[in-house]
Amino acid sequence: MGKVLMKGNEVIAEAAVQAGCKYFFGYPITPQSELVAYMARRLPEVGGVFLQAESEIAAINMVYGAASTGVRVMTSSSSPGFSLKQEGISYLVGSELPAVLVNIARGGPGLGNIQPAQSDYFQATKGGGHGDYNIPVLAPASLQEIVDLTWDAFDIADNYRTPVILMGDGMLGQMMEPVEFEKQLEVERPKKSWATTGLRGDGPPKIITSLDLNAESLEQRNHNLQKKFALIKQNEVRYETYKIDDADIILVAYGTVARITMNAINKARQNGVKVGLIRPISLWPFPERPFIETRDKVKVYVSVEMSAGQMVEDVKLSVNGHALVDFYGRTGGVVPTQEEVYEKIITVAGGIMV
Amino acid sequence: MTMKTVFKKTSGLTDKPTHYCPGCTHGVIHRLVGEVLEDMDILEDTIGVASVGCSVLSYEYFNCDMTQAAHGRAPAVATGVKRVLPNRFVFTYQGDGDLASIGISEVIHAAARGEKITVIFVNNAIYGMTGGQMAPTTLIGQKTATTPFGRNENIQGFPIKVCEMLATLDGAAYIERVSVHDVHHIQKAKKAIRKAFEAQRKGLGFSMVEVLSTCPTNWGLDPNESLEWVKDNMIPVYPLGVFKGKEGGE
Repeated sequence: MGKVLMKGNEVIAEAAVQAGCKYFFGYPITPQSELVAYMARRLPEVGGVFLQAESEIAAINMVYGAASTGVRVMTSSSSPGFSLKQEGISYLVGSELPAVLVNIARGGPGLGNIQPAQSDYFQATKGGGHGDYNIPVLAPASLQEIVDLTWDAFDIADNYRTPVILMGDGMLGQMMEPVEFEKQLEVERPKKSWATTGLRGDGPPKIITSLDLNAESLEQRNHNLQKKFALIKQNEVRYETYKIDDADIILVAYGTVARITMNAINKARQNGVKVGLIRPISLWPFPERPFIETRDKVKVYVSVEMSAGQMVEDVKLSVNGHALVDFYGRTGGVVPTQEEVYEKIITVAGGIMV
Repeated sequence: MTMKTVFKKTSGLTDKPTHYCPGCTHGVIHRLVGEVLEDMDILEDTIGVASVGCSVLSYEYFNCDMTQAAHGRAPAVATGVKRVLPNRFVFTYQGDGDLASIGISEVIHAAARGEKITVIFVNNAIYGMTGGQMAPTTLIGQKTATTPFGRNENIQGFPIKVCEMLATLDGAAYIERVSVHDVHHIQKAKKAIRKAFEAQRKGLGFSMVEVLSTCPTNWGLDPNESLEWVKDNMIPVYPLGVFKGKEGGE
């Protein structure tokens, strides 16, 4: 199969379908509506079901219902719509239901605007809904990477019985790049004997619930969830590094900002600045390892984000006081240019040169 | 002389003793739903969606696969289930807070889309589980924890008549309002529930039975007074009958 030129939103949808997702419930919101429309055209072709829900709240609850029957299911939205889904996400976690949730983030808070942003990092990685939980968050930086990470997202969701967030931004959703959909190896999917399928002869009735009025019992459920999260932290960290071996300065960026940052790094390197990049691909679990391995050699880390400063807090936690942590960000839907990021590198480099 | 069994507990209910208040008609309504599922021999093909309210633990009482939904969202959860498993029977069991307040959008849109699910709507004009607050179905003048001086139309507006409202939607196939305040009406209620599930079996569209129900605890009445209160106060505001679909289970 050759390369096709597609829009990011549509790549996510196609990748999901090829990963075996036949059910999608969503609602139009800029800048991800193309994903919803693509699913409307595509799912009938594979014998699946597409339904436009009446709201993002209804959509996440339809996802909950479909997930409870054991199928692969997805919804997508953008920042304000993702806020609406938080209760439903907490319920998915508490009921241990797998699903893939796509956030094509835009400027906020409130109605904000439709331009790209990375200001939902806290919401995605620190729980977001009520209760003690984290869910895996994967952040692709290119349309080709979307293909692999979407497949991973469904596998992680099924293997651990958890919702998984695929974090994009308005730029990723709208950009067009050539992608290749390679036929992935069919892996053994876990059996879902917990699913409520109303199947005659399937054994005694099954119950899916997150309610437990006995506090000690609910505490035990929480302990079990925490054990699951610990397993995910152990097994599902993803990141990429770029020119960090001799770096004095390391930039930290994810998604489309990482690509802008790489261009700035290349220019800075040409001008003799030893600078590199750590690109988290899993935002949760956050990749601590590359920071632990570099924090005693590096003078300063700079978190570059389309936000007022969210991932920078996780950078500080991982650096743990061993080095300085700085920040450069644009927010409200503004996309930083590689010139701005380059200027920041030069300023920081000037600051640490003796 | 051999003993003949003339009545036994339906296999549609589990053996778990319910937690409902003395005189609460949830017990009767649960039994009717269980009996219908048993009579139609569809227990093993059924998935119920529990809601949030006094009946939040209904998943422990119905003897079929059950999924717990968030407050108000049961029709959306049921939609997700039924769209994946169109050959199963899917029902929701919701109170008036769950269905008519926080969940009004979900039930309207499920009906508009003609989702082939059956909604059992238990209307007792009050919020039971949370301690007797006003519901969208609370009557004018009715005193509740949040209308201590009686529901005032100038402040809290008017009760919502859900059957009448949903009957305007083309996707609704069968909608009936019944009561369980005496034996005669209990028997009619069971027939209505049966018709609603038959509408689902035939794939006709959305079906709902609204059951006028009691809440002795929060109404401040004893069980017998509560049954009278349904007859005297609720039926005039919420008339019984079929609002959509044909009588006789066509």
